[in-house]
Amino acid sequence: MGLFAMNKTTRRSKEDKIFDSINIFLVAIMVILVVYPLYFIVIASISNPNLIYEGKVWLLPKDITFEGYQRIFSDSKIWLGYKNSIIYTFVGTLVNVSCTLMAAYALSRRDLYGRNLIMFLFLFTMFFSGGLIPTYLVVKNLGLLNTMWALILPKAVAVWNVIVARTYFQTSIPNELLEAAKMDGCSDAKFFWKIVLPLSKPIVAVMVLFYAVGHWNSYFDALIYLNNEDLYPLQLILRNILIQNEASTQMMSDIDSLAAKQRVSELIKYGVIIVASIPLLVLYPFVQKYFVKGVMIGGIKG
Amino acid sequence: MHTEVRMSTKIDQPAQNIKKAKFKKLLNNYQLYLFLLPALIYFIVFHYFPMYGVIIAFKDFIATKGIMGSPWVGFKHFERFFDSFQFWRLIKNTLGLSVLQLVIGFPLPIILALMMNQIRHEKYKRFVQTVVYAPHFISVVVLAGMIYVFFSNNGLINNFIMMFGGESISFMAKPEWFKPLYIGSGVWQETGWAAIIYLAALAGVSPELHEAAVMDGANKWHRILHVDIPAIMPTAVILLILSVGNIMNIGFEKAYLLQTPLNQPSAEIIPTYVYKMGLQQAQYSFAAAVGLFNAIINLILLVAVNKFAKKLSGQGLW
Repeated sequence: MGLFAMNKTTRRSKEDKIFDSINIFLVAIMVILVVYPLYFIVIASISNPNLIYEGKVWLLPKDITFEGYQRIFSDSKIWLGYKNSIIYTFVGTLVNVSCTLMAAYALSRRDLYGRNLIMFLFLFTMFFSGGLIPTYLVVKNLGLLNTMWALILPKAVAVWNVIVARTYFQTSIPNELLEAAKMDGCSDAKFFWKIVLPLSKPIVAVMVLFYAVGHWNSYFDALIYLNNEDLYPLQLILRNILIQNEASTQMMSDIDSLAAKQRVSELIKYGVIIVASIPLLVLYPFVQKYFVKGVMIGGIKG
Repeated sequence: MHTEVRMSTKIDQPAQNIKKAKFKKLLNNYQLYLFLLPALIYFIVFHYFPMYGVIIAFKDFIATKGIMGSPWVGFKHFERFFDSFQFWRLIKNTLGLSVLQLVIGFPLPIILALMMNQIRHEKYKRFVQTVVYAPHFISVVVLAGMIYVFFSNNGLINNFIMMFGGESISFMAKPEWFKPLYIGSGVWQETGWAAIIYLAALAGVSPELHEAAVMDGANKWHRILHVDIPAIMPTAVILLILSVGNIMNIGFEKAYLLQTPLNQPSAEIIPTYVYKMGLQQAQYSFAAAVGLFNAIINLILLVAVNKFAKKLSGQGLW
């Protein structure tokens, strides 16, 4: 902010003007490089697949068709995946946020005996882990395979988020508040619930968003822990369509020619990318500042 | 806070009293320990149990006998891995991919942050930020899907190449294209997001430093070199240690999605190999051994890099 104000008042030299022009130009190129692929997916999802195939769609959708979306929305697997993902994201985030905030608050209290030891226990897991196979065996032995809990419990707490939340509590909840509350006979649980949480809305938002995006986007846990298709989250269904090329027979049962099938399957791919990203794309502009905030709080500590 | 003060005044009293005070402190805070309990159980069950379970790497794991009951076999699985024809290829692929990612992926966010920091128009700046952070939120499945559709034989990229008279390239079938696709998509997705932390560091630079530099006749370029870059060095060092320390922890998820039967020779990395050996072929002990080997190399690297950085710049993770 200060820098900006200064720039306005200082006269720029000729060199600086050239510098600024080049800079703005280069940044603009980068913005285009980021946006164009996303934009292309959007126009490709509503263009005639034959024209995409022939390389005739570049800037505007051509020969607009909603066939892809119609086929996607008539597919029951996609809807089931959507439903599953929403449930997993909701329950998972609830578990994540409650465990993380409670632990982070306890660890933010300087009067907690043994907090350094516990913090070390948590941190150590960032640098060394038993690995995929032993973790899989634990999940298996707990009888979690093929249940939604296999996607939720093994990811219940992220150390990094504990650090972020703890830093926030340490820097924004004044100690005097705790002392005053203690004088009035307030218990720790009550203090956390009635005073700390209401004062910590930004960090709660950050945690909810970090965890929710993680759940929504993850496919790997579902890949290894689930083999019942009815439990598949959206990302796994997407993987089958986008990468395994199983643009489910159901979606294209009425098409006979192989070539036409291939074109339509490409159309479905573009559409499915949009459908899967819609929740994030819609929310993103509104919640972006919270994400940035989360990174910055983490950065102070790091 | 005040309990500590109380304790220190009691320092000359018998040890018994101190013990009592400690116990009282524990008891007073029992609700805080209850708060910690779920997370603690989580870390013990899903992180420390597996660390114990990794001893199956030194056993022949038999599911019915459990981890304890399975017979010890020493370093058999490690030897088998070191002797296998896959070994050097896996090391080469894993290290090659992550070193390349580090060399290309590390400096770019710094450059981007320095550039964004120079934008004077606040609205344009905010617009740029919103745009470049966005790809971070795209799921890895969607990202891989985008790569498949863009780089297919008649995808966007090949159409572009052919428009200029070039020949269509089968990107997904060529081993030599795996690394560029992996790294390039990572740069596209994460550079903006990774720049946030440097932008924060740059926002903390005191304006007086810049004003003084301007007085001394420094232009923008000089100020970037002599004010901005030194200001973000500490952040950069920490992030560099972290990334070098994680060099063998290259993401499994994207590599696995980008593998095709044809690009296997360069796309197979240790994590995907562990997954295939362990979970697809159920060779638990062997796969656990490969995973453990990877984790230990990583830990050694992290400790070494941290020590090195401390000596060099006085900063480290611990």
